[in-house]
Amino acid sequence: MVELSAHEAAAAISAGDLDSGEYLDTYRAAAEGDQLNAYLCPIDDEPAAPPDGPLAGMPVAIKDIFCMEGVPTTAASRILEGYRPPYTATAVERLQQAGAVPLGKTNMDEFAMGSSNENSGYGPALNPWDRSRVPGGSSGGSAAAVAGGLAPWAIGTDTGGSIRQPAALCGIVGLKPTYGSISRYGMIAFASSLDQCGPLTTSVRDAAQLLAVMQGPDPRDSTCTGIEAGVEVPEPGASLEGLRLGIPKELAGEVEGMEAGVRDVFERNIALCEELGAEVAETELPHAAHGISAYYVLAPAEASANLARYDGVRFGTRSPEPADLTEMYEQTRAAGFGAEVKRRIMLGTYALSSGYYDAYYGQAQKVRTLIARDFDRAFADFDLLLTPTSPTVAFELGARAADPLAMYMSDYCTVPMSLAGIPAISIPSGMAAPAGGGPELPVGLQICGPAYSETRLLAAAQALEEALTFDRAPALGAGS
Amino acid sequence: MASAYEPVIGLEIHVQLQTRTKMFCGCELEFGAEPNTHTCPVCLGHPGTLPVTNEQAVEFGIQVALALGCEVAPHSIFHRKNYFYPDLPKGYQISQFDIPLGSAGSLGEVRIHRVHLEEDAAKLTHTGGSGRIHGSGASLVDYNRGGTPLVEIVTEPDIRDAATAREWLTLLRTTIRQLGVSDVNMEEGSLRCDANISIRPAGTETLGTKTELKNMNSFRFIERGIEAEIERQRGIVESGGEVDQATMHFDPASGSLTLLRSKEFAHDYRYFPEPDLVPLVVGPERIEATRAGLPELPAAKRDRYESEVGLNPDAAAQLAFDTELGEFFEQAAEQAEQADAKAVANWVTGELVRYSRESDFEHPARTEASVAAVASLADLVEEKTINRKVGREILARLVSEGGDPAAIVEAEGLGALAGGDGALEAAVDAAIAAEPEAADKVRAGEMKAIGALVGAVMRETQGRADGGEVTRLLREKLGG
Repeated sequence: MVELSAHEAAAAISAGDLDSGEYLDTYRAAAEGDQLNAYLCPIDDEPAAPPDGPLAGMPVAIKDIFCMEGVPTTAASRILEGYRPPYTATAVERLQQAGAVPLGKTNMDEFAMGSSNENSGYGPALNPWDRSRVPGGSSGGSAAAVAGGLAPWAIGTDTGGSIRQPAALCGIVGLKPTYGSISRYGMIAFASSLDQCGPLTTSVRDAAQLLAVMQGPDPRDSTCTGIEAGVEVPEPGASLEGLRLGIPKELAGEVEGMEAGVRDVFERNIALCEELGAEVAETELPHAAHGISAYYVLAPAEASANLARYDGVRFGTRSPEPADLTEMYEQTRAAGFGAEVKRRIMLGTYALSSGYYDAYYGQAQKVRTLIARDFDRAFADFDLLLTPTSPTVAFELGARAADPLAMYMSDYCTVPMSLAGIPAISIPSGMAAPAGGGPELPVGLQICGPAYSETRLLAAAQALEEALTFDRAPALGAGS
Repeated sequence: MASAYEPVIGLEIHVQLQTRTKMFCGCELEFGAEPNTHTCPVCLGHPGTLPVTNEQAVEFGIQVALALGCEVAPHSIFHRKNYFYPDLPKGYQISQFDIPLGSAGSLGEVRIHRVHLEEDAAKLTHTGGSGRIHGSGASLVDYNRGGTPLVEIVTEPDIRDAATAREWLTLLRTTIRQLGVSDVNMEEGSLRCDANISIRPAGTETLGTKTELKNMNSFRFIERGIEAEIERQRGIVESGGEVDQATMHFDPASGSLTLLRSKEFAHDYRYFPEPDLVPLVVGPERIEATRAGLPELPAAKRDRYESEVGLNPDAAAQLAFDTELGEFFEQAAEQAEQADAKAVANWVTGELVRYSRESDFEHPARTEASVAAVASLADLVEEKTINRKVGREILARLVSEGGDPAAIVEAEGLGALAGGDGALEAAVDAAIAAEPEAADKVRAGEMKAIGALVGAVMRETQGRADGGEVTRLLREKLGG
């Protein structure tokens, strides 16, 4: 059963060839045996019978950043320990309305701040390919669950690369759609102008199917337009023939710290594209090199405001017996937030403060505009752009914990697309040994396109996926 | 003794809008409801929630901006104003900062700096003793009010004394009530006003250090508080000291000012554009359509009363700025057949107001004297059926007892003697005979002496003679 891709299983359930109850039980058992710390909390609700809709009976793992009514939701933070939301996120509602059955809440970096899932308040999630290594972040739990056979598919969030990078490190597919495609209502906010929901799956087709179900305008989210032209799920046999593919040098050859193995895989990927009939050429995104700097001013700035509501007054944990209001605020937040969260709140507060706003926040917004314009110019000459998703394969637990900047560099290739709001997908594209030596680990290829070009993007990704014939999962039983 | 220092006063007013639901969520507004019965995850700032702009509030905001003569911004945005307090669930207030909805207007003699939209904070009640924070054991929060749409109006510092502040606030309140967008009731908190006060040497331009006077809940207290603060500042400056920036509280019971907080705690609100909301776009057609739909506002009404009806400025202002009285006047003027609007206005703003106050009625439009009765009375005097003195007596009775003036005149035989039936002539002849010295003086050209003769006629006719007619007959007979 677990050999089937998610969309194959969904079709089988609809056709009556596969019993949805058995299928669900298989995954429930797998999730229960979770050795990767991929899950923070199982969801025990019984689905309405009989299953109905395009996703009828399909279990799905939900990153613990999505509110679900009555279900413990923590965003992997101690400050929300025990919190049960009074409502359910739109994205999850839509999955449920299509018949999907939420399986459990997955682990993540606290408040989506991190690239390794080591910033979780509930312990790190582990990479099923090598449990001494990180699965990536911040949607590390979702990626580990899917790659480790603990869920047929999952949803996560991506602010600077938090779906794409863990997908790459775990050898699966991860999609960040155009900003505004999927409603953010019910998605605990990290950086409002960057956060976006997306699927983590074992195939491009699965990702397209989840996107098609979740996308669309929502009156509860003013920034959500949906994808007006809709999303077509790509058919097998899609072609790259005649497609103009650009390689932005700032995010490929010129990336400092890119491992030799990752570079090799990427070059083979490009050669394959040319063989498939695509026109491949180098291009530039002159300001993309400043993406990390701009991102790490803007995202923490928005986060410093978004996380102000965690004050112990109305929900979540509260410090015991504070002497006064100030003490309650200070103690609650000091005890409840992890180090990286505190770091970013302070960074963000500083960037917005009087006298510094123009130099930091204002300047970063301008850089953001320049990066978006770079993409516009590139897309005048190219249909899609290709980069490696991550400069390295999965690194060891603790390797970057003491160096926040090294950790931030994990997102070097993914952050510019977030800043520009354009869609980007990571597909597993090869295996490479890490710089320090050892067995080979997955490498991801990132493809991005102009805003709302998901249909073409997914078709191209599908074509490449077929040509690459990447092995779908690590060793059997890797997750349990 | 006139001070060498002139006060410079600006006002900051918050008006709660009378929409059905809150500014950014669908909770209904209801003054006086059980605490925490009109809340939802959005206005409680739960994780993952998002604001959605109330269109009716925007419409009302545009009306207020236009009524105050402002330029309406074709494109304005919301900002986050960040600070921690238990009445602010998100840890920030959604407001407007550098691009407000309206700017550069005026009302009466006072220029308006800006008009903008924002959400109200929740309501705090401090338990124990005085109801103020100091000395209270605990504080309770009622989130019903949190999220109520507010319009904030900031004036230029054009006001020069406390009485003017009070008069101008009356004009503002009447104007907004006329629009129908708010109850503007200070006792219920739908109108709140703070004052910024500084002083400077008379005739100079530079502004002195200003203090802020807050938490005054009636126009009378505002006036007294401003007066007290002016005196306090004058005292400091005249004895060689300097005024420190501060926030002051005025206690009407004791007439004293206390310091709420001094400059060191001035907040840095770290304003940045609200990423969860799209900009407010108001096109020229919408502005003109809204402008065309505005009712006649007090200032325009006052001007019309002066120029078209011919009222003096005081009467015009009184009727324009007191909506109820103005309506009473307009209806009476319409019903009167002989008397013109000016005559009716004189009765309304003169005797009706005076007798109403003397008899302790709440409002001159709410005495026992009906609109029809006042109109009829004006006609009876205009037609000279009764004289002015009798008219005043009857009006006083109408105010306390009600009734129909024509019926009263008929029943009690109060009709004026106006000659024609000989009775008046006879009375005049009798008076001339009774006052020969006065008669001689009038014959000799001393017109002042006619008064004694008129008085004699009045006594003879029990005050029913028409004064003008009496004088005419006396002159005719005495050749004056």
